[in-house]
Amino acid sequence: MVHILPSLGDRSLRSLVDLEQGLISREIYVNEDIYKQELEQVYGRAWLFIGHESLVPNPGDFFKSRMGEESVILVRDHKGVLHVFLNTCRHRGMKVCRYDDGNTRLFTCPFHGWSYDTDGKLVGVPHFKTAFHEELDKSEFGLYEVGRICNFYGSIWATWDRDAPPFEDYLGAYADGVRRCFESMDGVDNGVELFRPVQRWRLPCNWKFPAFSFDGDRMHGVTTHRSINVAAIGPQGDRNEGDRHPMRARFPSTNYEMSIRELGHGGHNAIYDLPGVAPYVDTWQTEPPEVDEYYRQAREKKAKKYEGQFLHGGGALIFPNVNIQEQRILHWHPHGVGATESWRFYQVDRNAPKVVKDAQRRYMMRYCGPAGLTESDDMENWNYASEASTGAMARRLPYPFKAGLGHDYTDDRVPGMTLNFDIAEENQRSRLARWLAFMEAGSWNDLYPLNKGK
Amino acid sequence: MTTDMTVETMQQMLERLMLQRDIEEFLSMEAELLDERRYDEWLEYIADDIHYHMPIRRNVRFGEQYRENTSADSEISWIDEGKRVLIGRVRQINTGIHWCEEPLSRVRHVISNVQVYDPEGDEVKVRSRFIVYRNRMEDEVDLFAGKREDILRRDSVTGWKIAKRTIVLDQNVLLAKNITFFF
Repeated sequence: MVHILPSLGDRSLRSLVDLEQGLISREIYVNEDIYKQELEQVYGRAWLFIGHESLVPNPGDFFKSRMGEESVILVRDHKGVLHVFLNTCRHRGMKVCRYDDGNTRLFTCPFHGWSYDTDGKLVGVPHFKTAFHEELDKSEFGLYEVGRICNFYGSIWATWDRDAPPFEDYLGAYADGVRRCFESMDGVDNGVELFRPVQRWRLPCNWKFPAFSFDGDRMHGVTTHRSINVAAIGPQGDRNEGDRHPMRARFPSTNYEMSIRELGHGGHNAIYDLPGVAPYVDTWQTEPPEVDEYYRQAREKKAKKYEGQFLHGGGALIFPNVNIQEQRILHWHPHGVGATESWRFYQVDRNAPKVVKDAQRRYMMRYCGPAGLTESDDMENWNYASEASTGAMARRLPYPFKAGLGHDYTDDRVPGMTLNFDIAEENQRSRLARWLAFMEAGSWNDLYPLNKGK
Repeated sequence: MTTDMTVETMQQMLERLMLQRDIEEFLSMEAELLDERRYDEWLEYIADDIHYHMPIRRNVRFGEQYRENTSADSEISWIDEGKRVLIGRVRQINTGIHWCEEPLSRVRHVISNVQVYDPEGDEVKVRSRFIVYRNRMEDEVDLFAGKREDILRRDSVTGWKIAKRTIVLDQNVLLAKNITFFF
């Protein structure tokens, strides 16, 4: 049993995460005490992805989301303001929202009938006069609200910690890439909506297996996904040997592992040789011609917007547990030390015609999620890698994260980013470094460099 | 007159029983093909224009049950595809390097409560209930219960083909790590 202390510079935890040698103890993936500490130190502080404003377009609309292990409610109140509340009655803790989504005037607890307005205020307490003698201060017992909320180009984020830095500072150099993941194909900011509902399913592995490896482990592709191309699930069908990519036209570019080491965010991103946006090449031959037509026209509009600008970078894993990409959002919630609840959202252009939305939707369902032909093999590997790391002997063997160790560099074209070869383990090391910082920090003031000088 | 009507009714009843029996045998045969991993043969019973749909099921407020199951028209489901993707799934399993089905899972379909509706032309609507048990590797177990709503179409070669299948799984959060077999 590893004894863990949350204080700054705690050696017992630090000795498990040797970033100089690239050796990481399996304990951090299987140890119950470390897991409990993560819920406090990481999930109690970090900015977490909640959803998107298109899930709650009207006053009274709600969507049941999740922060760490806990259920939260994203709701648009009667005045149109967005809130995120912990889904628990302040009286005896019953969940006040038991529907996946919907519209409501009040959240009424089914236990003793306390009811809350959509802005979280406690408005109804049965027997308020006779039993509470009107002495209960209702203003003290509203729904518990997050410390900070941010609507970032339509995407909704929240943190429990009021001392967290502004969300854009939290994203750092990835703010622009994440912003572009919520723009429509024709380059309009906040131009997408999310398909409903979210896919949610359980994986038997620690949350860090998917969250810390996704978009930081290109090495797995050629082995894990060796069987996929014969299935030809991409929008081109059998053309180009079953290539799965949704957009063929790309400028000449070089792909890198890119990350912000100090913040833990990172992705597989490109640096382009040319400015602007590449001309469209037909990709959706298995769909009606209107689909390629739509994307071609959208691409032309986008090209005008970005004429002369370099669009380096892109989507990434935003620390700790969500991967934001252009057409999908992969979110992994801790669900016990050895279990993860995996969520998938899919963006689509809000103003696209139905034929395009349908094509996009069906492509995502056959690619992603628990029944998607690509991701099913990932689950198998994470499942049994996790299981085979729990044993007393297995725990003694550290995982090497040595690919590209010491071969990182920077590039003036992408300031703030740490780069490495496209197949490296740089992004995973960045996430682990940030994880260690969160685990050791006493408060946001220790989470250098964000609040430096503040 | 009365006697003729009785004969007519008896004949109708007999036809009805024969149809019920025929379809139950078809569904049992189909389950056998799936359980024995004879996927290429199974595909021969799938119509070229099949819609194979497994909706996600929401927790909704009483009175909103109409939107409990996701719509294939505009929403995200667990599975929503045609024959091209089903063929792709079979091809992928048959590579022997589709790791979530290598080694192959042990899957058993128990199909019951088969309701056969009146045929319309060469098609007939059939509802059945399933328990699907998956066991893989050493101790991994998944249990799925639900309802299938099929449209079967008469076929001169195979007897029947599945023209539409909706799989209504009795889960909200999917409790299995993946779905790598057929319902």
